Amino acid sequence: MNPIAHSPHAHAPVSIGKVMGTVLLALTPATLFGFWLYGWPAVNLWAVALIAAILGEAFVVRMQGRKVRPVLMDGSGILTAWLLVLSLPPYAPWWIAVLGSLFAVIIGKQVFGGLGQNVFNPAMAARVMLLISFPLEMTTWVAPATPGFMESLRITFFSQPIDGMASASLLGHVKTEFTRGIGLDQALTGYYAPLDMLWGSRTGSLGETAAVLLLIGGLFLIARRIITWHAPFAMLLGVAVPALLFNAIDGNHYAGPMVHLLSGGLMLGAFFIVTDPVTSPNTALGQFIFGLSCGLLTWIVRTWGGYPEGVAFAVLLMNAATPIIDQYVKPRIYGRDRKGAALTANK
Amino acid sequence: MRLPFFHRAATFEHGIHPDYHKETGSLPIKRLAFAPRLIVPLSQHIGKPAVCCVSVGEEVLRGQVIATADGFVSLPVHAPATGVVEAIGVMPAANGKMVDSITLRVYEADSQQVQVSAPRDIEAMDKKELLAAIQSTGISGLGGATFPAHVKLSVPPDVVIDTMVVNGAECEPFLTCDHRIMVERTKDLIRGIRIAMKVSGAPRTIIGVEDNKPDAIAAIRAALPADGTITVQALETKYPQGAEDTIIYALLGREIPAGQRPASIGVLVNNVMTLAYLGRLLPAGEGIVERVLTVAGPGVEKPGNYIVPIGTPLRFLLEQVGAKSSAQEIILGGPMMGMTISSLDVPVTKGTSGVLAFGKGELQEETPRVYACIKCGECLKVCPKFLNPSQLGLLAAKREYAEMAERYNLDRCFECGCCSYVCPSHIPLVQQFRIAKAVNREKASA
Repeated sequence: MNPIAHSPHAHAPVSIGKVMGTVLLALTPATLFGFWLYGWPAVNLWAVALIAAILGEAFVVRMQGRKVRPVLMDGSGILTAWLLVLSLPPYAPWWIAVLGSLFAVIIGKQVFGGLGQNVFNPAMAARVMLLISFPLEMTTWVAPATPGFMESLRITFFSQPIDGMASASLLGHVKTEFTRGIGLDQALTGYYAPLDMLWGSRTGSLGETAAVLLLIGGLFLIARRIITWHAPFAMLLGVAVPALLFNAIDGNHYAGPMVHLLSGGLMLGAFFIVTDPVTSPNTALGQFIFGLSCGLLTWIVRTWGGYPEGVAFAVLLMNAATPIIDQYVKPRIYGRDRKGAALTANK
Repeated sequence: MRLPFFHRAATFEHGIHPDYHKETGSLPIKRLAFAPRLIVPLSQHIGKPAVCCVSVGEEVLRGQVIATADGFVSLPVHAPATGVVEAIGVMPAANGKMVDSITLRVYEADSQQVQVSAPRDIEAMDKKELLAAIQSTGISGLGGATFPAHVKLSVPPDVVIDTMVVNGAECEPFLTCDHRIMVERTKDLIRGIRIAMKVSGAPRTIIGVEDNKPDAIAAIRAALPADGTITVQALETKYPQGAEDTIIYALLGREIPAGQRPASIGVLVNNVMTLAYLGRLLPAGEGIVERVLTVAGPGVEKPGNYIVPIGTPLRFLLEQVGAKSSAQEIILGGPMMGMTISSLDVPVTKGTSGVLAFGKGELQEETPRVYACIKCGECLKVCPKFLNPSQLGLLAAKREYAEMAERYNLDRCFECGCCSYVCPSHIPLVQQFRIAKAVNREKASA
């Protein structure tokens, strides 16, 4: 006979590994599209980032005297590195990916105590670290191209100059043009093609450009009940509403909602970053507030900040506010009112 | 927020949809043979144990009182079979404790006929007489709560009950004994409801039945009296629909204020099995000597609903239904809130609603790896009390038991287990909450 076990004796067919696996599956279409769009250098970067994350995490977990296998099996390290690499310029040198991945899993997660303990989204923390430390490498964008495999090795591992293909992302271009005193009417000409933006064949990060594929991945996660609509929808709303308002007031200085929604890392951020359970509030209302604030901050950074893109900054700021949101946004307990006092017994 | 347009059946918020495995729901109730020996504990109810009134070697008749109630919050015990008292002393019970029990050696070829009875005219009896008669039947809450029925039905004079809720949800997976009772003993049930309404003063009754039992709903609807005081309402099939808080909310939209009983909002909840036995035994003037329970699970060859004499050892019961040698895990009650037992030499009691047998790994993955909480909030989405099991779990890991009670309403948890069921990290949440509650109780009493 088995020893006495406490109920419940049944369990839903869910596990951490399955959750992480489903998220990776949802990221796959956008990732494959990035590979197709930018060719072998993107594949190299992706592989290097994942290998660095796995080895780096294994190393520090071993140093802590914990078992390595279960930690790697939870899949969170791979997911973190995967999300990070999607936000990197596709032709970035290998050490950017390695440094970013190691920072994400070690400083971003393991230093806090591992899975579930980190305050900040590890991928976004790493991205901001890279952006501040290596602004040149992190803002060297290329137009979609497909160099051969050998050439890709030279690009990724030997920092072959990529001047011939150099380009600027839409948000970066707009910001540069603003500083030169050029308005949106001219800046967007030849740069903004809504359909290309939608499908993602544009200049940008490895896996952030395919808005539709990211949206499909996100909807898949909602359908599989891995995430809920609250945070993603709120984040898109938080960007779209001020964009719409300011664009209507001064169309020459403020980009419209479609430009904002389809550019930068917004789609990736809305469906895969602000939905990170560990670093976001745990009630539906809390997640909505969190997402809305992330969106608003993103729009503010993009519009008035020093950097063209603001998703990572917005997410980190709101990560810090998550405990406060959880403190104030709590579900009403059965039999009690919102303030926690027992209900009165009138029927 | 209730959305009547989307929910055909009444329901509560949150909860889970486990695999129901209600295959035995279509099988008619069958009778089980007498075991050669029956172990009858003196305390099968909440309250003071009964006092033994027979001696070793004494012959007893099926239905005879062998232990009398000790005060108001107590119940008598009746001999489940004709035989001779073999021993009076401590025997192991299902919860692992040693409890005072009467061991009967059953006479072979004994009739299943109850030998001792005193038929009553319940129409002519007043409330007080009815309550005394209900106590004499020995019926406790047969859903598993085991609270004496007459105590529950004794409504204080200053309390007005406007509705009696009859719990036919049977939301636990595998269990179908309430289902069969509603189908096969509908008249007993209605008679029991009438008695309970008269005693408690409740002017109306709503019977709540989960919508995976349409035949039970139909059977009850066909037997309802014409005066309209008793109605039946379909409930969404969802666990824990049959908990007191959730079924009241589903049927009436009322919440029990924290720290109060259902009576504070004018409601009385009773289980269908309890009322069906009340309706059967009270007019006949018999005591409860057996009960219907579900035997199921992949570990038994003849799953079904059986009438089992009180005191039947589980070993005998499982032999009768053809337990497979692979059956390693035996659960009393349902898989969500029932308990596993460490020995088969314990008896069926009044509160045993089911015996489930599983082989290793058949119910859930064996010793799944427990990961850290990723704060996914799945537990918040299922908790029927709107607690934050995630936060409670993090506090429990740090043994901050007082904080759990003071700031996070640990005492509101009724241990339905939904949080543990959905946790992707396999954290034993409700199990930790039980420990926390026990520690807090101990501190409070110290």
